[in-house]
Amino acid sequence: MNGSLHLWLIPLLPFAGFLINGLLGRRMPRPLVTAVALLAPLASFAIVAVAALNFFWHIGNFASVLPFTETCPIAWISVGTLHIEFSLVLDQLSLVMLLVVTGVGLLIHVYSVGYMAHDKGYARYFSYLNLFLFFMTTLVLAGNALVMFVGWEGVGLASYLLIGFWFSKTSAAAAGKKAFIVNRIGDVGFLIGMFLLLANFGTLTFTEIATKLGQDPGWSGGVVTVIALCLLLGATGKSAQLPLYIWLPDAMEGPTPVSALIHAATMVTAGVYMIARNHVLFDHSPFALSVVAIVGGATALFAATIALVQNDIKRVLAYSTISQLGYMFLGCGVAAYSAAVFHLMTHAFFKALLFLAAGSVIHGLGGEQDLRKMGGLRKRMPVTFWTMTAGVIAIAGIWPFAGFFSKDAILYSAFQHGSLGKALWFVGLLTALLTAFYMFRLWYMTFLGESRSPQLHPHESPWSMLGPLVILAALSICGGWVGIDRFGSFLASATGPTIDPATAAGGKSLDLILSGIAVAVALLGWLIAHMFYKQKPERPAQLAAALPGGYKLLVNKYWVDEFYGAVVVKPLMLFSTYFLGWVVDKAILGGGAWLLGGTATFAGALLQRWQSGNIRSYAAWLAAGAAALLLFVFIPWTTVLADIGIHLTQAGH
Amino acid sequence: MSSLFSQEVPLIFYLLLSAALFALGIVGFLIKRNLITVFMSIELMLNAVNLSFVTFAHQWHQVRGQIFVFFVMMVAAAEAAVGLAIIIAVFRARATLAVDRIDLMKL
Repeated sequence: MNGSLHLWLIPLLPFAGFLINGLLGRRMPRPLVTAVALLAPLASFAIVAVAALNFFWHIGNFASVLPFTETCPIAWISVGTLHIEFSLVLDQLSLVMLLVVTGVGLLIHVYSVGYMAHDKGYARYFSYLNLFLFFMTTLVLAGNALVMFVGWEGVGLASYLLIGFWFSKTSAAAAGKKAFIVNRIGDVGFLIGMFLLLANFGTLTFTEIATKLGQDPGWSGGVVTVIALCLLLGATGKSAQLPLYIWLPDAMEGPTPVSALIHAATMVTAGVYMIARNHVLFDHSPFALSVVAIVGGATALFAATIALVQNDIKRVLAYSTISQLGYMFLGCGVAAYSAAVFHLMTHAFFKALLFLAAGSVIHGLGGEQDLRKMGGLRKRMPVTFWTMTAGVIAIAGIWPFAGFFSKDAILYSAFQHGSLGKALWFVGLLTALLTAFYMFRLWYMTFLGESRSPQLHPHESPWSMLGPLVILAALSICGGWVGIDRFGSFLASATGPTIDPATAAGGKSLDLILSGIAVAVALLGWLIAHMFYKQKPERPAQLAAALPGGYKLLVNKYWVDEFYGAVVVKPLMLFSTYFLGWVVDKAILGGGAWLLGGTATFAGALLQRWQSGNIRSYAAWLAAGAAALLLFVFIPWTTVLADIGIHLTQAGH
Repeated sequence: MSSLFSQEVPLIFYLLLSAALFALGIVGFLIKRNLITVFMSIELMLNAVNLSFVTFAHQWHQVRGQIFVFFVMMVAAAEAAVGLAIIIAVFRARATLAVDRIDLMKL
């Protein structure tokens, strides 16, 4: 593999798709729009896949060719000592991520053809989706933090556009705005982190930062911690972690394939990817690493408890996504970056599957999203049912489905990470129990039992939607079989070494015991869901009645939105309305403008009397002025002023 | 006889004449209503100034003042041509030459 891989084509092809469909889509026939929209991700995926297969078959040894860097021949920013290139880097980490992004992206494009078939904004939808792929691949391929930031902001834009895709719906427009604004808060952290990187390292290139950190062991704590925490703030915004997770549940206002692609499989994992990309920084700051782990663990448990009682099928999945992202952060926080990326990959498969299956259900029910009105869909939608079953078992973490392997890898790494790690392992286990419970709850309420809305006539979705479901179901089953050992050693050069159970404390048997516990916990969650929603469907209501406080707390999502509303949004709105709006805008700016204008008008009203239009009056004024000038010249000013006590002295005397 | 002609007229007489002519021009310009009279008043003022130029040129034996007078006369001739043309045009349009009635520029 000599020469160029043409990495630049990977982002640019979807961008071309965006331009074509965005500019001309409305005037093009639908099949042409579809062709353009599907060709772009297909071509990107093909380039990535061909590169990966080439490495795999012809070289076998990735380490000899990766990382592969492609730099734009024209310098991007060159000011003084600051030189930033527009460079794209393909290494093991970005290769895995690219395969996920373009692969899952392609499947979801195909699915969207069926799902959005009847929408008026068909071309607009696909142009946004292609735009998202452009920015996401840029983010993944970025060789330095600034290029990554371009992609980072771009996917935020695409997310905003797609959440508010049905912008005539007020709640969708508001949700888009919320996502955009909350993400900006995180971006401030990312930006400050970049400024600090420039100030302290003089470069934004990931490899150069890693080299500088490696050369000087003096880099630890202090400024590195601050940089790492700033980057973490950025990651919590994009990846919907505490305390900035609030935008993701609302983002479900967008079309379901968008929720699957952007708000489950790819964009929200950008934070995890960013931490893995900068893992050298985090490795040099144990404190920042602990913060990452605690944020992740807390988010995982917190979001899982909320998911227990949600009744909107997409919201359950949204909170589940937040919870699983928390898992990934937990993995990053215990320095098991490859385990986190492994979970990122399997999660992309099964969460995309779950969302797409949920979309199929919603599509079949004509837009119904409430779990309480579903039920008994197993017979009506068999393909959706079986694929979703695969997804549910995968996310619950039951062997041998994909979720088991990645979740187990994270839990094992946490357990091996000191006393904090043991506590986080327990939190993770508890989360796994809750995850299994709420996912099987969703499964029972949707597909089993009797239909609770007999007036609806559900129908199975077209094959353009079912095809991606089947492929993703296969990936959700087999995606984890590669195993963390092989996956970790593949990623090792990009994300650092993984713990080998054979040589670590506790040996191989500890690994097996922990896996056994994890599967047992997942099965327990299934059992509880079975007892609650299959055997005695009246039980959940009884439990809710028995614990009114706890139930209310969960149903109202801990009142976090209300809390933020009262503490942040309301004061800001009041400040804007009364201080900025009334005092600054109306009183100071408006009053000032009125005063200036009024003065001019008043003066004009006075002076316009002079403009009588009578030529002789003008002439008289002219003569009077000349006479006044003459008088002025002939008055002996020095003497007159001296008489009244003012003495004019010339300069220099 | 000879004393009458050989004697130089004092400077002040020329200047007084010039000032008187100029004042006449101003007064005519201000009080006359007919546009042609106003125009003639302007010519009068110009020539009053010309007179003082010539006076000073003679007094100080400087030729510059005289040259300046030629310039003024030239400009006055051009001005007369343009001014009279305007006056004719105004009269054709408005059928009047009363200065007070020509007030289209008034607000």
